[in-house]
Amino acid sequence: MDLVLDFPKLKAVVDSYTEKVDSLIDSYADKKEQLISLLQDIQAEFNYLPRDVLIQVSQKLDIPLSQVFSVATFFRAFSLKPRGRHLITVCLGTACHVRGGQRLVDKVERDYGIKPGETTEDEKFTLETVNCLGCCALGPVVVVDGKYESQMNADKLDRVLKRYE
Amino acid sequence: MVEQVRKLLEKRVTSVAELDELRKSILQKRDQSRTCISICGGTGCRAAGAEEILEAFYEEIEKRELQLQVELKETGCHGFCEQGPIAVIGPKKIFYRRLKPEDVPEIISETVLKGNIIERLLYVDPATSEKSTYESDVPFYKRQTRAILSANGEIDPTDIEDYIARGGYSALCKALFQMSPEGVIEEVKKSGLRGRGGGGFPTGRKWESCRQASGDMKYVICNADEGDPGAYQDRSLLEGNPHAILEGMIIGAYAIGSHRGFLYVRNEYPLAVRHARIAIEQAMDYGLLGENILGSGFDFTATINKGGGAFVCGESSALMASLEGKIGEPKAKYIHMSEKGLWDKPSLLNNVKTWANVPLIINKGADWYSGFGTAGSTGTMIFSLVGKINNTGLVEVPMGITLREMIYDIGGGIPNGKKFKAVQTGGPSGGCVPEQYLDTPVDFDELSKLGSMMGSGAMIVMDEDTCMVDIARYFIEFLKGESCGKCVPCREGLNRMSEVLNNITHGKAKREDLDTLEDLAGILGDGALCALGKTAANPVMSTLRHFRNEYLAHIDDKKCPAGVCRELIQYSIDPDRCEGCGRCLRSCPTGAISGEKKEVHTLDQSQCIKCGACYDVCKFNAVIKV
Repeated sequence: MDLVLDFPKLKAVVDSYTEKVDSLIDSYADKKEQLISLLQDIQAEFNYLPRDVLIQVSQKLDIPLSQVFSVATFFRAFSLKPRGRHLITVCLGTACHVRGGQRLVDKVERDYGIKPGETTEDEKFTLETVNCLGCCALGPVVVVDGKYESQMNADKLDRVLKRYE
Repeated sequence: MVEQVRKLLEKRVTSVAELDELRKSILQKRDQSRTCISICGGTGCRAAGAEEILEAFYEEIEKRELQLQVELKETGCHGFCEQGPIAVIGPKKIFYRRLKPEDVPEIISETVLKGNIIERLLYVDPATSEKSTYESDVPFYKRQTRAILSANGEIDPTDIEDYIARGGYSALCKALFQMSPEGVIEEVKKSGLRGRGGGGFPTGRKWESCRQASGDMKYVICNADEGDPGAYQDRSLLEGNPHAILEGMIIGAYAIGSHRGFLYVRNEYPLAVRHARIAIEQAMDYGLLGENILGSGFDFTATINKGGGAFVCGESSALMASLEGKIGEPKAKYIHMSEKGLWDKPSLLNNVKTWANVPLIINKGADWYSGFGTAGSTGTMIFSLVGKINNTGLVEVPMGITLREMIYDIGGGIPNGKKFKAVQTGGPSGGCVPEQYLDTPVDFDELSKLGSMMGSGAMIVMDEDTCMVDIARYFIEFLKGESCGKCVPCREGLNRMSEVLNNITHGKAKREDLDTLEDLAGILGDGALCALGKTAANPVMSTLRHFRNEYLAHIDDKKCPAGVCRELIQYSIDPDRCEGCGRCLRSCPTGAISGEKKEVHTLDQSQCIKCGACYDVCKFNAVIKV
């Protein structure tokens, strides 16, 4: 702790982190049944669910840690590992599947060495799949950092991803 | 602060007379002579660039100082997603499609100011090459009966006054002041409405059993965890007309005696969450939610919960577990949720579309409603027509329309001159319906007879290039990943089915494996805990029933007739068609293709990983799959 105090900047970072975590968890103090929403808020803040934050959720809200982790691992929306700076989401809904969505997943796997749910070593890209985004007219669809790319094929995806490198 | 409170109190409507007064004043304030431009702001059109179009309109209107003459509105989904971004220019409803920001100045100067039609922006029917000027002339819309979707293209979903102006919340007034709770239930029962989430359970009966269940605390839930891939009608309704759903929920709450509601919305639908949230806030401000609604003495509040991306949470008991902050595992339903649901209290859960039907039934009456549809399935249904189809979009039709009318007359048939093979209905619990049944009327019972189901209304059209074994494998893989793991038949059964199907698509299966699939399907149907597992084998069983030959081709001949299953196909280059352009060579990730510029290229099979990149990029159809 002394070491941290020697570096005011670092201390400020740690303080703001602690403050954020505290205020997030405190805002759910009387509604612990909304655990899923709380975890969604934490993930929106940190881009994943940090282990120490989950432990604090358990302690502060008096929910068994096993229950916090069971929820955190059950739902697809949560990640226990930090995710990359850019999120590639390939839609694998039925309409995108019949139009070749899986081939796009294969392409990212081949070019970047990551499977769905994984992040590149340089933490640049995370690959995820989704069951349907409901814009089937544009399929196959790939979403990169929230931007929808329509009627994709391997060649077009290549050009899109180059923009993020 | 005082000022804010005063303003809020001013908005608050405390009686039916005040709501009528408000409606009148909204309509009076509106200048009917203004040209209204509605831009479709649904997720599909937004993804196609609708926001840039909207921005361009704002800029152009501002630049020309036309704010007083032109009203610009971002509405919900118009349904014709294939043609997005879409703009409809009132009052005649001129329909422009596939817009680009560059088109906007011309639309203002030609159409809005001079009344001229811009031919190139009109819809052209690919079958007849006929152009349609007005929205109602477009064949896609012409054959539909839009009852629930009618407001979607006309109102701004973020403005409650738009909804009120169209008669919104008048059904609530009628229910609260002219009908008893039992009367409301009776009307819903008489309408014949059946649950639109897929189960098709009679809605009125569900309401009645929830009303009769003992307990002071009861809950009302809107299931907007629309997980069936290819279905997006719930999202479009919630995005485009959230107040209709809220109004339905308040009426339902009044009928069963509940004061607390939840909207459980899928995590992947951020815009729907935002619009529903705004709608709830506005309804609170106007006194249509909260305490003593319209001075009736009835209280009701509603909140939104976002899902966590689990398909199984669309199942009612799993959804309720998730609302309680637990993992989404279903429960055995020895006791109905309407008696013992959320926190063990009586809970009324209905799908988005079911709720949206309620204000119509109350306003126009059960007889009007049951005038649509068939004897066993009344009313209209919204289908999403997707896959290998010309007119992808949302279609609202009376129950009982044939698949052929839907796919050919409204959907415009199959693109690129390909042949129709099957239509998959009902999502992962449904099945594939082949060509010989295209004249079947679509309703709950007829689809079940074919081994499929209505589900939430997804219709995925498949052409000759779709492999039916691959489709069965796809759905089993999907469900394997989404199975919660609680019961053995579903957890283990789906794993075994997936192994068998993967063996078939890899050309490693024997004929006996088909018996194994049928055995496993029986076990799942008999032994699984919830509907996800019980119906999981439907995609396999329906494809086995209607497309057995395709399975046999994979097993006996080690061939995939549709050219999809990677292990069973080979790519090659047709020397007669190859122009030597080099596109395939550049796209090949393994360097399997070689050839000089302007000369015929060749593909080295030993290096080919069958990724299909060359097939996608070739402009001369010279890359062939066998």
